Amino acid sequence: MNSLWARIEPLLARVQKPARYIGCEDGAVVPRHAPGKVSWLLAYPDTYEIGLPNQGLQILHEILNERDDAVAERTYAPWSDMSALMRQRGVPLFSVDTHRAAGDFDILAFNLSAELVYTNVLDMVDLAGVPVRTEERTEEHPLVVLGGHCAFNPEPLADYVDVAVLGEGEEVVGDITAVVRDWKASGRTQGSRVGLLRELSKVPGVYVPSMYEVEYEGAAIRAVTPRYPDVPAVVHKRTVADLGQWPYPKSPVAPLTEVVHDRLAVEVFRGCTRGCRFCQAGMITRPVRERPAEQVRTMIQNGLRRTGYDEVSLTSLSTADFSGIEQVAASLNPLGCGGSAPLPHEQVTVSLPSLRVDAFTVGLAGQVAGGRRSGLTFAPEGGSWRIRQVINKLITEDDLYGAVDSAFSQGWHRMKLYFLTGLPTELDEDTLGIVDLARNCVRLGRRHTNRASVTVSLGGFVPKPQTPFQWFGQNTTDELRRKIQLVRDASQRAKGVTVKWHDPAATMAEGIASRGDRRVGRVIERVWRDGGVFQEWNEFFRLSRWQEAMAAEGLSIDWYVHRHRTEDEVLPWDHLSAGLHKDFLWADWQDALAEHGLPDCRWTPCYDCGVCTGYGIEHVVASPVAPAGGSQGTGQDLTRGGEVPVTLLTRRESAVDAVVGGAS
Amino acid sequence: MRLRIRHTKRGKIRFTSHRDTARHWERAVRKVNAPLAYSSGFTPRPRMSFGLALPTGAESDAEYLDIELAEGADPDPGYWLEVFRDALPPGYEVTHVALRDAGSPSLQEDVVATTWLITLEGVSAAEIEDAVGRTLAAPVLELARERKGTASVDDVRPAILDLSPAPAGDDDPRPRLCATLATTGRGLRPLELVQVVFPALDAVDTAARLLRTHQWIERDGERREIIPAGATAARLPVGCA
Repeated sequence: MNSLWARIEPLLARVQKPARYIGCEDGAVVPRHAPGKVSWLLAYPDTYEIGLPNQGLQILHEILNERDDAVAERTYAPWSDMSALMRQRGVPLFSVDTHRAAGDFDILAFNLSAELVYTNVLDMVDLAGVPVRTEERTEEHPLVVLGGHCAFNPEPLADYVDVAVLGEGEEVVGDITAVVRDWKASGRTQGSRVGLLRELSKVPGVYVPSMYEVEYEGAAIRAVTPRYPDVPAVVHKRTVADLGQWPYPKSPVAPLTEVVHDRLAVEVFRGCTRGCRFCQAGMITRPVRERPAEQVRTMIQNGLRRTGYDEVSLTSLSTADFSGIEQVAASLNPLGCGGSAPLPHEQVTVSLPSLRVDAFTVGLAGQVAGGRRSGLTFAPEGGSWRIRQVINKLITEDDLYGAVDSAFSQGWHRMKLYFLTGLPTELDEDTLGIVDLARNCVRLGRRHTNRASVTVSLGGFVPKPQTPFQWFGQNTTDELRRKIQLVRDASQRAKGVTVKWHDPAATMAEGIASRGDRRVGRVIERVWRDGGVFQEWNEFFRLSRWQEAMAAEGLSIDWYVHRHRTEDEVLPWDHLSAGLHKDFLWADWQDALAEHGLPDCRWTPCYDCGVCTGYGIEHVVASPVAPAGGSQGTGQDLTRGGEVPVTLLTRRESAVDAVVGGAS
Repeated sequence: MRLRIRHTKRGKIRFTSHRDTARHWERAVRKVNAPLAYSSGFTPRPRMSFGLALPTGAESDAEYLDIELAEGADPDPGYWLEVFRDALPPGYEVTHVALRDAGSPSLQEDVVATTWLITLEGVSAAEIEDAVGRTLAAPVLELARERKGTASVDDVRPAILDLSPAPAGDDDPRPRLCATLATTGRGLRPLELVQVVFPALDAVDTAARLLRTHQWIERDGERREIIPAGATAARLPVGCA
């Protein structure tokens, strides 16, 4: 066996949380290696606790291990105490399943969902004993692959990853396996790596940065062109047409130690067409594809039985929008009349992440929350109706107050409200509107309980590629600090309101990487070499590292982060497509500036963003009408359909009248 | 109805914490659909209680927990032994299930001492012999230690109830130390023992493996095991050793 366990074991007595490194999880599929198989090491570039619950990694781990020609293991970023010991004692990055050296795998594939982990990618590649720059790798080294949301602008890592995969991985991992399998069978001869990469570049959804030439004109990009005629000029994302065909994970992994989302997760749909303009996830995962309600129920029952969890999270970008949500919720509620088989355990808690802001959703949450009612989180994102039209988060104050009143009346006493600041066209009155909303929410809550409190969580907005806001110049750290201070000052006088905020310095670093081009790669390498790993962790983050690295590379932070882009500018990711027409994105950006909202296309006519028509796929939505309750993102009163399990709608009228001044 | 369970914790899973083990058990009882008794209150918790914490990284052949089952549950301990056998992650082996006497003290209150087999790295059998003799002969053994932020120097000699060299195990040629340590009062942890037996060496490097073999209670002035191990030997699953 090629296990490094005997060398890893002595290190574990000296590190924090050694269970991060042992594997052996309940439910984890056991990988079976064989000479002809293509071996994948699926890597999450953050700690085990954060990476293990990642559904993408679990799904691909299972799908690959089901194949005859592939085998997959998992690895996570070793914490700094462990990586230091590993380097000191010459132990390379290893898999947690069978403790093999990362360098022994054919493919080292990273799941990237946030930009600040880029330095960890370099650190893990280096720890694997693989040269960090692609140009220095040879046939003996694994292919370094990147997937996840960051693949929609992988340019900052273009010189460090061999392959970026756009979109959903279920099908494309098989295509990649086939190409690599043939290359291995042909002898993996010297000099054949370039040929392999060129073959891979022909696989739909696969982007090979080294096959493209970037020309500059001063600071700007003139063009990005393929080096060879058989390499596609534009790489399009992959999308599975029917989520019902992919009931994964079939064998959910229950970790042996505490992780961030320590519960069963069942994905109820993928994609979102609410059209929030700041939201990259919503833009790049279109169209909406629901899982059949019956399959959701089966996955919940099997998952709970296999793992022994007593809590399930129904995941998606907006779970209350799921057509089958009432049906599923009723079957989970012991008092409900869903008519399904009883659950294996008596006490099951259901959590609904990404709650929509309306009373219907709260009723639903109350129905499934079991006994636990610690806190509820809503994301109005903007402090005024005007700014919410700009960002297309079309929830009215009535929606919010209805939701909050309903929640307080049903026994919750702590609300958390997420807001963004530094949004396009944002004025101080929009920012201060955040405090008004929070104060009114507390006031509503105090009618039900004296303990009512609201926590405002403020994040600095980072414009993301492939969204209508990709042209917007991000606020400076000074401006973000000023706005945060505005909110803090105003909330001093608001009883029951607490304000939390993200560090604007980290927001700026994220901005550098978010819309960076290939030249930013050297900045990331400098930050990493200077010790800047785990940049999402406060104890490791230092903005000066990024500022110094930018200066050393002769790059302007202002140009990359704070500058508004023009319509004719070639963006670093223009050759990578999530299916959205650039014309559509620009028009939507102009609509944003004009404060025009855009309704959800699931229930209103198609406005041709490009995805469905371009890829010949469609929404898979069981219900042709919007679910009941709230304004459904249209800003209009759409209350209809199923019974809304909310008790205090009548009392709400007077409550809201008392506190709402001049709502739309 | 209350069950008292004895189990092992061996192999890679020893790097999980005592709290992790509690979670493994909570999931296991739900997996097998055991009818648990729940605490009353706003958030009902299953009635399970665990014995003395096993240090993270240490193995054991003698871990205990008590589980309270709802009325009407199968009263045969042998049934539950079979049911729990396959419900836990690899590395655990449920070796005994007994009915707990009504009114008996909790595990935490009851245990007075534990016995350890400590596999030693970088010391010869002769050196162990020497060190054990020196330790047992010392009238006072001072140890500087810190717990919960308070530093103190304690005489830990009274906590060493028994100490002797032990032969190597079947799967590891390295010599071992067998120690019975008091758990009442401040007690003495196995790593702390290694520190006082081999003051010149790094305790973490020297104590390559720690195995708890017994937990002792006192009845009528006599020390006895909570549930005697008997002839049942622990099996280790392949891959997680």
